[in-house]
Amino acid sequence: MAYSGLRVIKEALTGHKGWKPTWRDPAPKSSYDFIIIGGGGHGLATAYYLAKEFGEHRVAVIEKGWIGGGNVGRNTTIVRSNYLLDGNEPFYEYSLKLWEGLEQDFNYNAMISQRGILNLIHTDAQRDAFTRRGNAMMLNGADAELLTTDQIRAEYPFLNFNDARFPIKGGLAQRRGGTVRHDAVAWGYARGADRRGVDIIQNCEVTGFRIENGKCLGVETTKGFIAGGKVGCAVAGSSGRLMAKANMRLPIESHVLQAFVSEGLKPVLPGVITFGAGHFYCSQSDKGGLVFGGDIDGYNSYAQRGNLPAIEDVCESGMALIPALGRVRLLRAWGGIMDMSMDGSPIIDKTHIDGLYFNGGWCYGGFKATPASGMAYAHLLATGRPHETATAYRFDRFRRGYIIDEKGMGAQPNLH
Amino acid sequence: MIINHPLLGPRDSQEFTYLGDASLIERPDWQAEDADDQFHDYVYLRDNPAGEHRELWFHETGDRSWLVVTRNTLTHDITKVEMARDVARAKGRSK
Repeated sequence: MAYSGLRVIKEALTGHKGWKPTWRDPAPKSSYDFIIIGGGGHGLATAYYLAKEFGEHRVAVIEKGWIGGGNVGRNTTIVRSNYLLDGNEPFYEYSLKLWEGLEQDFNYNAMISQRGILNLIHTDAQRDAFTRRGNAMMLNGADAELLTTDQIRAEYPFLNFNDARFPIKGGLAQRRGGTVRHDAVAWGYARGADRRGVDIIQNCEVTGFRIENGKCLGVETTKGFIAGGKVGCAVAGSSGRLMAKANMRLPIESHVLQAFVSEGLKPVLPGVITFGAGHFYCSQSDKGGLVFGGDIDGYNSYAQRGNLPAIEDVCESGMALIPALGRVRLLRAWGGIMDMSMDGSPIIDKTHIDGLYFNGGWCYGGFKATPASGMAYAHLLATGRPHETATAYRFDRFRRGYIIDEKGMGAQPNLH
Repeated sequence: MIINHPLLGPRDSQEFTYLGDASLIERPDWQAEDADDQFHDYVYLRDNPAGEHRELWFHETGDRSWLVVTRNTLTHDITKVEMARDVARAKGRSK
């Protein structure tokens, strides 16, 4: 399905009867070279790059529900690469570069808007920490800019600058950060993969793996057995449930994270802002709603809905930063399930089972990683070697002591 | 969520902090031959089930006792609350 302005006019004049489904709805073949489990952002991106960059066309994406119905449709749409640690920053910066060229690459409007992200500073110690982080970002080729209070006041005059406990003392800005139309990312990758021969099989649940002599031969599904040369799991949120079918225990807990959107407002928030004294981040969607979120609820959950204490905490943080929020009505709140890993960083690696690969543990930062995750996973699946930006995301980093603990919290998933 | 504390009765979950899987009570023997492997699994790996989950909650703003709560991770229903002390003693721990 191709789109153009001319086509829109033609369809408008002919009753919109000519639109066709954007991707096929094929029945599964008996075997594929690559089976990707999970039709979310990461799974579809993996299939897309396998076909486009590595010339692999015997690829299937198997999705339990409908594509894009999980976390790629539930996030707060922010993209950025403001990380500190060596294991992370090159990967996320690579991801941001892929975001910048994504619309041209898959020829689909993902509404990528580099409106900038601003992390606010409230203490002198935090300024030191953010200065260090900004330097680390620049060393890895990303952009970072330390702003003074006056510079922030010019862009965001409505913030609570003189709060008694948490006065705003500056900020770390990444101008290339911003937001993306999240559903369009799934749709764009799906269309691009489908056009290159990838079979996207929806409403097909993986019920087990066929593993013989330490080798994964394929997957048992609700539509029968499908043989696969290499099987890649990309079901972050449900990784624990899926990998249990291969008798694997993971360094991951599943937690619920809530997100919120307010009623539509006139343009008020030019970029993405994050509160430095609590956990609160906010941007304004193109429809006008303020999109915001904060901490996970903090207990294991697969429920895709949270509880009131987390909502109260997020709204309190929001009010501390933007007092005017008190006059805005909350429109919707929803929850998504996060793979909270033990060090707060993801895993893209082989498993101990031959032919079975794993991509997960994205905590609540998976959306921004979508393009690089797809590219790195496709690289690993196609070549057997990790992508140069994802060499640190190994299973055995916990055993070897090379954890990537961006927040310095230790093995406490609910604190990352 | 309301946690029915065995000593104090029903309390709001906001009074508690969460630690994680109740298997964290069972610290491995540091003198075992394979203590390295056991501690790796103990510290980093989790069953992470969808369904019934036994987990540790600490009554931080209450009586500061540790509880083992049995809760369904799909519905958040709490079906059983025990004192962690009793659970540990039942496993033969005396301290």
